[in-house]
Amino acid sequence: MNLKISALQFTREVKTGNISVEDFIGKTMEHIEKVDGNLHAFLSLNDNAVNQARDIDKKIKSGDKIGQCFGMPISIKDNICIKDTKTTCASKMLENYIAPYDATVITKLKQQDAIFVGKVNLDEFAMGLSTEFSAYGPSKNPWNTDYVPGGSSGGSAVSVSAFECVASLGSDTGGSVRNPASFCSTVGYKPTYGLISRYGLISYANSIEQIGPLTRTVEDAAFMLNLIAGLDSNDNTTINNNNADYLKDIDSGIEGKKIGIIKEMIGEGINPTVLSATKNAISKLEELGAICEEVSLDMVKYSVAAYYAITTTEAGSNLARYDNLRYGYDFSVEGYAFNAYIEKARKKLGPEVTRRMILGGFVPSSGYAGKYFLKALKVKSKLTRQIDEAFKKFDLLISPTVPILPFKIGEKINDPASLFLIDINTVTANLTGKPAISIPYAISNGLPIGIQLIANSMNDKLLLQAARALEKTVKLPEVPI
Amino acid sequence: MTKIGLEIHSQLTELQSKLFCSCKANYREFQPNENICPICMGLPGSLPQLNQKAVEKATMIAMALNCSTPEKITFFRKNYFYPDLPKNFQITQLNIYGETSVGGPGILMVGDKKIRITRIQLEEDPGRIIYEGSSEKNQITLVDYNRAGTPLVEIVTEPDFENPKEVREFLNILSDLLANLGVSDPSLEGAMRADANVSIEDGNKVEIKNIGSFHDLEKAVHFEITRQQSLHARNIPIIQETRHWDDKRKITVSSRSKEEDLDYRYFLESDIPWVRIGNQIKDKLKSEMPETISSKKERYVSKYNIPAQVADVLSSDKFYSDLFEKSHTTENAKEVANIITTDLMGLVDTREKRESSKLTALHLKEIADSIQSGKITRNSAKNVLYEILKTGKAVSTVISDLDLDNVFSESELLKIIESVISEETQAVEQAKTNPQTINYLVGKVMQKTKGKADPTYTLDLLKKKIN
Ligand SMILES: [Zn+2]
Repeated sequence: MNLKISALQFTREVKTGNISVEDFIGKTMEHIEKVDGNLHAFLSLNDNAVNQARDIDKKIKSGDKIGQCFGMPISIKDNICIKDTKTTCASKMLENYIAPYDATVITKLKQQDAIFVGKVNLDEFAMGLSTEFSAYGPSKNPWNTDYVPGGSSGGSAVSVSAFECVASLGSDTGGSVRNPASFCSTVGYKPTYGLISRYGLISYANSIEQIGPLTRTVEDAAFMLNLIAGLDSNDNTTINNNNADYLKDIDSGIEGKKIGIIKEMIGEGINPTVLSATKNAISKLEELGAICEEVSLDMVKYSVAAYYAITTTEAGSNLARYDNLRYGYDFSVEGYAFNAYIEKARKKLGPEVTRRMILGGFVPSSGYAGKYFLKALKVKSKLTRQIDEAFKKFDLLISPTVPILPFKIGEKINDPASLFLIDINTVTANLTGKPAISIPYAISNGLPIGIQLIANSMNDKLLLQAARALEKTVKLPEVPI
Repeated sequence: MTKIGLEIHSQLTELQSKLFCSCKANYREFQPNENICPICMGLPGSLPQLNQKAVEKATMIAMALNCSTPEKITFFRKNYFYPDLPKNFQITQLNIYGETSVGGPGILMVGDKKIRITRIQLEEDPGRIIYEGSSEKNQITLVDYNRAGTPLVEIVTEPDFENPKEVREFLNILSDLLANLGVSDPSLEGAMRADANVSIEDGNKVEIKNIGSFHDLEKAVHFEITRQQSLHARNIPIIQETRHWDDKRKITVSSRSKEEDLDYRYFLESDIPWVRIGNQIKDKLKSEMPETISSKKERYVSKYNIPAQVADVLSSDKFYSDLFEKSHTTENAKEVANIITTDLMGLVDTREKRESSKLTALHLKEIADSIQSGKITRNSAKNVLYEILKTGKAVSTVISDLDLDNVFSESELLKIIESVISEETQAVEQAKTNPQTINYLVGKVMQKTKGKADPTYTLDLLKKKIN
């Protein structure tokens, strides 16, 4: 059984009767058993997956109507709610929290007969970019297990990259889908803000984050988007996409398209190998008929600072509900005054979350809001104006997804400020609401490098077409597992 | 000079669902924590879904209070920890970054006095906290989230009141206005709450919080003015502070918690996009707005010749004016107004009685018609009403059951009067000099007619006979 097939291949193989879903899911679960002890992508597994697969096989055999996923094994980042399933956010705070409802993306995938093989690891409450801040221990990069897989959707990237599933859903607040996709050599896609419902995604910084797929191919990302995008009455920020088909015309190519190379993302601090891979990708795009030119977005300089001011403010508010009164872990309230109880209860939050919660109390506080929070909002709107201006001239923008190569586990954990700077290329798409994608592009000394493309709002289709064109020029070695 | 400002919280009790989810806005019928869902419980991953009807109703209130209404409104998060607040922030509105709440400055007239409205904002009500236990030591705190997320409108006034009486008059007008708009039923327990701020002689402002009813608000304001005046008289400085209204002892108490020092870290609630309230929506709302109380009153007086005082009472109470609108005709309007204000209001004077009443508009119309056609006397109407409120029986059935429909003719009545005069000779003599005694004779006639005689008419006839 070949577990390395893409999502679309999987559906074709099942449709034609070449493979049975039960077989594939069974083999997938066996494979997870075998490799995940070391990789630690999963926080919990679906014990019922094989039974669900058997039911889908029955449906297929009896000619019943079957969803577009045909029993496809998908992993779900553990900050997305699946009804009656533990949803921990990789935090001790929610160690025993069982979600009582399905996220909208889960409802949609269930309707399409997807099988959720398990919930995957992340930095606690999605705060981090290495998955080292998971309260349940880090995930490991399948390309080299001494290295981090990126984050915060590290478990998603590892599970796709190591063939523990064919696709995964992560969430991207400042690069949390694209960063691990780049580090693990998978496709990682953050759609236009509002394209995918966030209902059931546990909020970290709700004004800028989106759920996004991690897949083996760009086509698979488009396929996933077809299944989960669109207006949702449960999320007032969703946009009507008129049921767009993102797979249709995906091979249109990029001839004549204008691509801006973001100057601020290939300058200071970039790893030379990453830079040369980026230059290589640009020349490939030119060969395909694109017109590439440098463009300056000087607000990018302030983007990381603004990103942290905004995300900590929102996190301070979004995570305030974890007071352990209505749900949480076993801890008796008896004898505590309310404030003392909350203080004690919140000690379960890990160091990075605590750090950001403290910042979140400070950054928007009276006396400091003007200096930090409101200034950050100003950067956000100026950056948006700048990028909108750039999109008057360019169809797409390009940069490396991450300016450096994957780093070793433990290497940077005690230096949070140096971790923050790694976000520099990814946060712009979040702050401006634009769609962005990371495409596996090169392997250097056994470590992956990803290229990022950014498009204007609601130009997700164009973005996927360009990503597909670039992907076709790439031939990468197989992951050594 | 005394200055009093108010912050009034009024639930939009007439809405079907809560502000951000489809749980019932009427939480009062539920067992504790049964009117809840992932959204109003703020469960991880849930998002608010704005109830557009609530925005419309709140805008209607703003328009009725002559407030400016912005083109676009938005919501803010007010961050603070409290056990009744499931998300540990409240979704509310704010005007510090421009006018973005449902209503800006406005005016409400109280008699000849202008009361300036500062703003109107739409927000979610927290849950309810219930303290149990005999002493502080074994106190248990219980939280019921059924109320959490109920739509609430906050109406903030400028400090334009000078005494508790003006406050009371304003609150009466305001609650009648909200009821008349069909947005809120002020008689529901907890539907209307208020905070007040009080200062005297341009001194420091004192906030009074936790006032559970309008009745107590007047008392609290009165207490606070007296307290400040007595301090002032003794040259003791009045400190700027927040005080709580102690419901049991009926006094204001300095609150130990430094609520005034809380930093709410307000910022935009981006889960709810900006809501446009364009002219088209405003025009639609205007056209849907019920007739105002003052316009009703004017109409009652000019069209039906109802006395101003009766029209005033009738128009300011939504329950009775609705009943009037449904039961009157041009011919019987005055009679219907009369029955409602002189008889019905006395019989149905509580919320419970309103709810259990079996009286319909049709009943009322038929009673008025029966009086006008002379089938029953004006006097019998009260008995008919009383019976119908309990049983809901048809008017004709009640009239015949109570044997009220054989009104005496003038000659029959005269016969009875003559017999009373001959039986009560002593009283008749007294009546010639003492007008009080004549009422005794009227009573005797009523007794003989089983209340079916018209008392005014009987009095006239008696007077004629005696003199
Ligand atoms: Zn609810």
